[in-house]
Amino acid sequence: MEGFIPEKSGISCYQGNRLIVLGIESSCDETAAAICSQGRILASIVSSQEIHTLYGGVVPELAAREHERYLNSIVDRVMERSGLILTDLEGLAVTQGPGLAGTLLTGVCFAKGLALSLSLPILGVNHLEAHIFANFLAEPDLTYPFVCLLVSGGHTQLWYIKGLQDYQLLGTSRDDAAGEAFDKGARILGLKYPGGPEIERLAAGGDNHAVDFPRAFINSPELEFSFSGLKTALLYFMDDVKSGRKTAHIVDVAASYQAAIIDVLTVKLAQAVSRTGVSTCVIAGGVAANTYLRQSVTNIFENEVKVLFPEQALCTDNAAMVAYLGEIYLSKGISTALDFPVKPNFSLVKK
Amino acid sequence: MSVRKYADRKRYFFLSVEETQAFAADYATGIPPGSVIALIGDLGTGKTTFTQGFARGLGITEQVGSPTFKIVSEYKGDHLILYHVDCYRLKNGADFLNIGGETLLNPDNGVTVIEWADIIEEILPAEAIVIHFSRIPGKVDQRGIIIEEHRDEIISI
Repeated sequence: MEGFIPEKSGISCYQGNRLIVLGIESSCDETAAAICSQGRILASIVSSQEIHTLYGGVVPELAAREHERYLNSIVDRVMERSGLILTDLEGLAVTQGPGLAGTLLTGVCFAKGLALSLSLPILGVNHLEAHIFANFLAEPDLTYPFVCLLVSGGHTQLWYIKGLQDYQLLGTSRDDAAGEAFDKGARILGLKYPGGPEIERLAAGGDNHAVDFPRAFINSPELEFSFSGLKTALLYFMDDVKSGRKTAHIVDVAASYQAAIIDVLTVKLAQAVSRTGVSTCVIAGGVAANTYLRQSVTNIFENEVKVLFPEQALCTDNAAMVAYLGEIYLSKGISTALDFPVKPNFSLVKK
Repeated sequence: MSVRKYADRKRYFFLSVEETQAFAADYATGIPPGSVIALIGDLGTGKTTFTQGFARGLGITEQVGSPTFKIVSEYKGDHLILYHVDCYRLKNGADFLNIGGETLLNPDNGVTVIEWADIIEEILPAEAIVIHFSRIPGKVDQRGIIIEEHRDEIISI
C-alpha cells in the first residue's frame, strides 16, 4: 500500500539530522520493510498486503521460512518505490523483540548482513515502543505527555508516555487480550474469523443490556484487565441457550458481550487519564477500529480530553514505525553493537 | 541399585480455578527438566489457569497471560525456564516446526507447556505428559482434568 501515510506526517516528534533509514519488521505474522527520512515515510511495504500481487499466491503466515523467502524481494521493492538505492541508506533499524524467536531472527540476520556490507549503523528496536511511536506518524499534532491504550489481538495495555524513553506501563491484561476476547467470543457464537468485525456487525442491532456479562475490575481502582472470565461466562450462557434453559437472540448476546469488553476498556482508559492528568489519549491497535469503542470513549470524555484514533494501517504490524523510531535514535547517534541478539521477551519497562 | 520401569499413569480430578492453580503449582515442583506437557481441551476449560499455577510452582512471579497471539512466551523460574506455547493459531505440526518449534519440544534447560497441543499431535514427543481439560455440564465452577503420564522412570530399590 503506497501513499497511506500523509506527506507531512511525523514531523512533530522528529528532531535531529536527516538520515535515510531502512526499517525491517518480522516479529510475528508480517514481513515488512519501510524507508524513513526526516520523520517522513518514503515507502512502506507489509507482506500480507503485497504477497498476492508479488507472487499471486497465498498470504504467508507465521513462518520464519516464509519471512526469509519474502524479505529480499520486499526490501528490493521498497527501495524501488522510494526511488533510492541501497548505497543511499544511512542507517538500519530492525525489530529485536518482543516476538517469535525464529521469525525475529530472520529479520535481524538480514539487517545485520546489510549493515555489515554497507558499513551502516544499526539499531535493534522494541516492537512495542515502535507501536507507540506509530502514533506520531499517524497524528502529526500529537505531543507529550499522553496516555496510549494499545488494544489488539495480542495486547491490552495502558501506557503513560512522558517522553522518549520515559514510559510507564499503567496496566495490562492478566490473561486474554481484548482482541482475543472478540475472536474467541466469535468462535463460541459460531462466527467467522476475525471475530471483532463480526461481533460488531451483529451487535449493531442488539440490546447491550440483554445479558449481564462480567466486567472484571470495573469497580476497582486497579488499572488491570481480565477477559478470560467473560469468555467462560459466554460459554456457559450459550450452553444454557442450546439446552433450552435460557432463550436469547444472538444479536443481543453479541451486543451484550461487546458492551462488556468496551465498557471495561472505556472505564480503565478514563481512570488512566484522570490519574495521570493528561489532556490527550491515543487508542491504537486493531480493536481501535470498533465503532462502539470510539463512541463510548468519545462520550465519556465529552470534549475535555483530546482522543485520537490513528489510522489502522499504522496500528497493525508494519515497518514504517520501525524505520521512524530508528531514525529518531540513530540521528541522536544511538545505535546497537552488531552482535545484538533477538529478544523474544523484550520488555519496554524494567520488571 | 536402580531399575528402569515404564510408567503409564492416568489420574482423574475435578478442580475449581483455585484448586487447579494449587495443584499445578505443586505438580511443577516435581517436574524434571526437559519435560513437555501437552494441554488439550476446548475454550474456557482451564488450560491457561493450569499454566498460571504451574508457573507459580516454578517460582515465576511475572504475570502469565494467554500466548494465543504471540504463540510462545518465555519465563524464567527459580531453576527452570518455562516455555508457554499456544497452538490455537497454528494449523498443524509443520506450522509449529516452521516457526522454529523443534527446540521447544526438547527444552533441555526448561519445561514446555503447550496449549491446544492436539493441533500439533503428530509431532509431540512420545514421552510428553498429556493433560485433558473439560467443562462439566451444570458445574460452572469446576473442570474435569485427566493427567496421562507415559515415561520411563528410574526407580531405586
